[in-house]
Amino acid sequence: MPKVKITVVENGFDKEIEVEVPEGSASWTPPSESAVLGKRIVRLDAPEKVSGRAKYTYDINLPGLLHGYILQSPLAHARIKSIDISRAEKMPGVKAIIPLDKKEVFYHGDELVGIAATSMNAAEEAGRAIKIEYEPLPHVAYIDQALAKGAPQVFSDRPNANPKPETRREGDPAAAFKGAKATVTATYETPVICHVCLEPHGLVAQWNGDDELTVWASTQGVHSVRGDLATALNIPASKINVITHHMGGGFGSKFGAGVEGVMAARLAKKAGAPVKMMMTRRHEFHSSGNRPSSLQRIKAAADADGKLVAWEIDGYGSGGINGGAGYPSPYVYRVPNQSRTMRDVFTNGGGARAMRAPGHPQGSFATEVMVDELAYQLGIDPVEFRIKNDPNELRHRQYRLGAEAIGWANRNPKPGASNGAKKRGMGLGACTWGGGGGPSTPVTVNIHPDGSVEAISGTQDLGTGTRTVIAAIIAEELGLQPNQISTKIGETRYGPSGGSGGSTTCASVSPAAKMAGVFAKQQLFEKIAPKLGVKPEQLALRDGKIRVTQGGPAGKDAKWDESKTISWKQAAARLGMEEVSARGQWIPGLSSSGVAGVQFIEVEVDTETGRVQPLKVVAVHDCGLVINRMATESQINGGVIAGIGFALLEERVLDRNTARFLNDHFVDYKIPGTYEMPEIEVIFTDQPERGVIGIGEPPVIPLGGALANAVYHACGARIRSLPVTPNKVLAALKGLRQQDTGL
Amino acid sequence: MKDFEYLHPHTIGQARQLLASSKNAEPIAGGIDLLGMMKDYIDEPPDRVVNLKSIPGLNRIRQEKDGLHLGPMVLLVDLEEDKNLQQKYTAVSQAAASVGSVQMRNQGTLGGNLCQRPRCWYFRSPVHHCLKKGGTTCFAMAGENKYNCILGGGPSFIVHPSDLAPALMALNAKVTITGPNNKSRTIPLEEFYILPRVDPHKETVLKPGELVTNVIVPPAPAGSRSIYLKFKEKPSMDFALSAAAVNLTLANGVCKDARVVLGGVAPIPWRAKAAEAALKGKTINEAVAQAAAVASTQGAVPMAQNAYKVPLTQTLVKRAVLASAGIPQPAL
Repeated sequence: MPKVKITVVENGFDKEIEVEVPEGSASWTPPSESAVLGKRIVRLDAPEKVSGRAKYTYDINLPGLLHGYILQSPLAHARIKSIDISRAEKMPGVKAIIPLDKKEVFYHGDELVGIAATSMNAAEEAGRAIKIEYEPLPHVAYIDQALAKGAPQVFSDRPNANPKPETRREGDPAAAFKGAKATVTATYETPVICHVCLEPHGLVAQWNGDDELTVWASTQGVHSVRGDLATALNIPASKINVITHHMGGGFGSKFGAGVEGVMAARLAKKAGAPVKMMMTRRHEFHSSGNRPSSLQRIKAAADADGKLVAWEIDGYGSGGINGGAGYPSPYVYRVPNQSRTMRDVFTNGGGARAMRAPGHPQGSFATEVMVDELAYQLGIDPVEFRIKNDPNELRHRQYRLGAEAIGWANRNPKPGASNGAKKRGMGLGACTWGGGGGPSTPVTVNIHPDGSVEAISGTQDLGTGTRTVIAAIIAEELGLQPNQISTKIGETRYGPSGGSGGSTTCASVSPAAKMAGVFAKQQLFEKIAPKLGVKPEQLALRDGKIRVTQGGPAGKDAKWDESKTISWKQAAARLGMEEVSARGQWIPGLSSSGVAGVQFIEVEVDTETGRVQPLKVVAVHDCGLVINRMATESQINGGVIAGIGFALLEERVLDRNTARFLNDHFVDYKIPGTYEMPEIEVIFTDQPERGVIGIGEPPVIPLGGALANAVYHACGARIRSLPVTPNKVLAALKGLRQQDTGL
Repeated sequence: MKDFEYLHPHTIGQARQLLASSKNAEPIAGGIDLLGMMKDYIDEPPDRVVNLKSIPGLNRIRQEKDGLHLGPMVLLVDLEEDKNLQQKYTAVSQAAASVGSVQMRNQGTLGGNLCQRPRCWYFRSPVHHCLKKGGTTCFAMAGENKYNCILGGGPSFIVHPSDLAPALMALNAKVTITGPNNKSRTIPLEEFYILPRVDPHKETVLKPGELVTNVIVPPAPAGSRSIYLKFKEKPSMDFALSAAAVNLTLANGVCKDARVVLGGVAPIPWRAKAAEAALKGKTINEAVAQAAAVASTQGAVPMAQNAYKVPLTQTLVKRAVLASAGIPQPAL
């Protein structure tokens, strides 16, 4: 049998091992021949979810459960002089209070004291009875304030931004600008936006004795939560089981135990009772991360043929206390002469965390609008302009497909050409992402003599459909249907796994599931063949049956002895006492990395009210081999919806003067609803030969730029700052009218 | 949220007594605004909450000689779906339909909508002790004031969020207030609201222990037609960035009477008398509507971030006037 070398994690260390791979198994069944893969598969947990039977962390209730709450700072920056919990401790229902060891708070909402009580109301009331003496310190809310001369420093030991940042240079931008035909200099801005997980961060902690802990966590990484808790609580990881059977969204913000998780465990220990600590919506807005803002001063130029020749960016970014200038610029386009200076800026706001395609939406927005500006200035069709400058061949095909689907050729190329108050326009943007897999997550398949099959893995489903992916792959291998596979995931005791982030889960888990299926089938054949009086290689599984050849090896051209065909159940029964248990590891060749995507949008702009209504989005994406077409479409729909939020509505608003978070609630932090939804058409450019690649992140990237470009095409108003809200559209249109009349 | 006493009176008298006998009591109807305020500890949450829905008879819509009587506990969904309102008092049913979400309209009441507290994210913030809450600073003045008022501001710059109030004011509605000894008075809805310069801590003339017990909409004159247009930043569910209620009475295309009331742009539902004057006696056309639109924001003093509300409001007034005159307008 051929062998492949893979790296696995053993006792916390990477170790290279060799695994045997049965002939021909290291490739996926071509979509034309597959019974399950690539089809529209209804999620296995859909009935549980829609009926409300699915238990999320929020739904966990245990006897004697206490409710956890964290008191947060009302000030954006202050020194803590004293904390007095004596009155709060005596209040009814209060079981434990633990102040965090903090001398200074750095943002409105910074965590201060943990409280466990018999009800959430009692915990909140206790919080109000805690006396904290603050020494207020000066603060900054926004990048411009942080960079101003003499600005207050967020951290006393570092400047708000590096005064001497490194400039990266390629080619000779200065010379290229001189020879260029069109040059645009503009400033682009994107706001801080929040993940808005509908299930907030948090966990339920239950101790069994002094050092055994069971935790139900809303997380995209059960193992990282366990690691955090083991370190913070100084207990062995082997004594902690973290459970996440269902979770309500993470988007990159839910990897660790967090301040709230560690506090829940500490409070539970102190109170001697289980504690449920789910963040309040306010706490969630303040402290669970965000996509940092960006301020991008860009000068770019193209030659008469529409080739980009030079790109210069002075870029800033801040989510709050941990910077945020890590975005690409120029994004997907080739520019031979570049100069980039990027600065992380500290402000007194809650800190950034990875958020669905970190950096890409910000980089994409400024790049796509700038490219559009140059294309219009040169009078070159924006689609053609992109094809001239985009080195990716697959995207060239995607531009054509998307343009056809949205009806690009029928548009009047002149901005603002349509009559009446309401004007329609189209725009587009591109995206790229990795989405590759790795050997972090083995999968075990057990076949029981009663014919039932279970797949076990320490991975978790952060809502993307991982449970169904694993079942579908094993079903394909065993000739069964996905709902015949009982998938057990989302517990650390099910084995090692990486976190579900970076769109890597599908490409990591799928090959392991496939190999587990391959090995399980091999074991099954070896165990039952002697009992059937045939050789293992004579057997094949399909449609819930085992077929036997007339003598030769099973395969496409085999001659079958139909009289020997038996059902799956009959075959499993032959196992007797010998259950099948096979473990599969990720191997190379079944997944790859690197995807391309293009999104087009058509909008309608009411030029008298400033309303932008998205009408249609065409999303053209590649993710290699599609495992579950329905779930993949859902991923793209979800990405488009989040993209509409970023483009049109979402923005964290801190008060410029107090640096306090003003819209930390759903009245004023606006996420898209049904009326804001366009028709969404998803087009896949499948590349099954590349194997599995993740698709979670790319579809969220392009709409910011695409929508702003569509608004320009509709009415001639160039919006360089997100979100594209009515006030900005009206102001830009007023500016245009003043230009026209020479005012 | 802090614990509170929850009481269910059966008469208006009992309710008033329960309210008057506690230092810190609040009436509750649908509870949509009150519970939000209580959860956020805004403006001293009550120790006692008195349920007005337990009083029979307050949720009826009745046709009387002096007009349509709307009980304060009538649900917004009932205003939205009432055929008579839809035909004769269109603005009222449109305003009801524009409120929040389906769930809110199933729960929210007319009285609650009229008496809800203002919108301003500083007022609604648990960490800003603003002028309205007894502090010394209106943080919106030099702060983030995109959603604040352009008309009637000072010393506080809130906006009144009610959708029903502008629509009912455009229809000349009156409101009955019941006070001590069950004595009632009926005043024009227009006189129900007070500006912050009169009292920055409250938005209506209601005194402690007083309740709104009836709303009366006079009969619609022949030839009258009303429209409520509300512009939301997020169309799915939002408060108004600006709204216009227009009620025109036309005879042979000539405007005999006009009422123009704005929402979302002032601390109270804002009657735009200059716009009304620009319409009276005129044949309604694009130019007349535009003149009224411009007049509607007369006296506006935009803040640093809300100048957009001026052209936006003018658009709404123009479209509402033309639509009231039967001239089709683009949907918002």
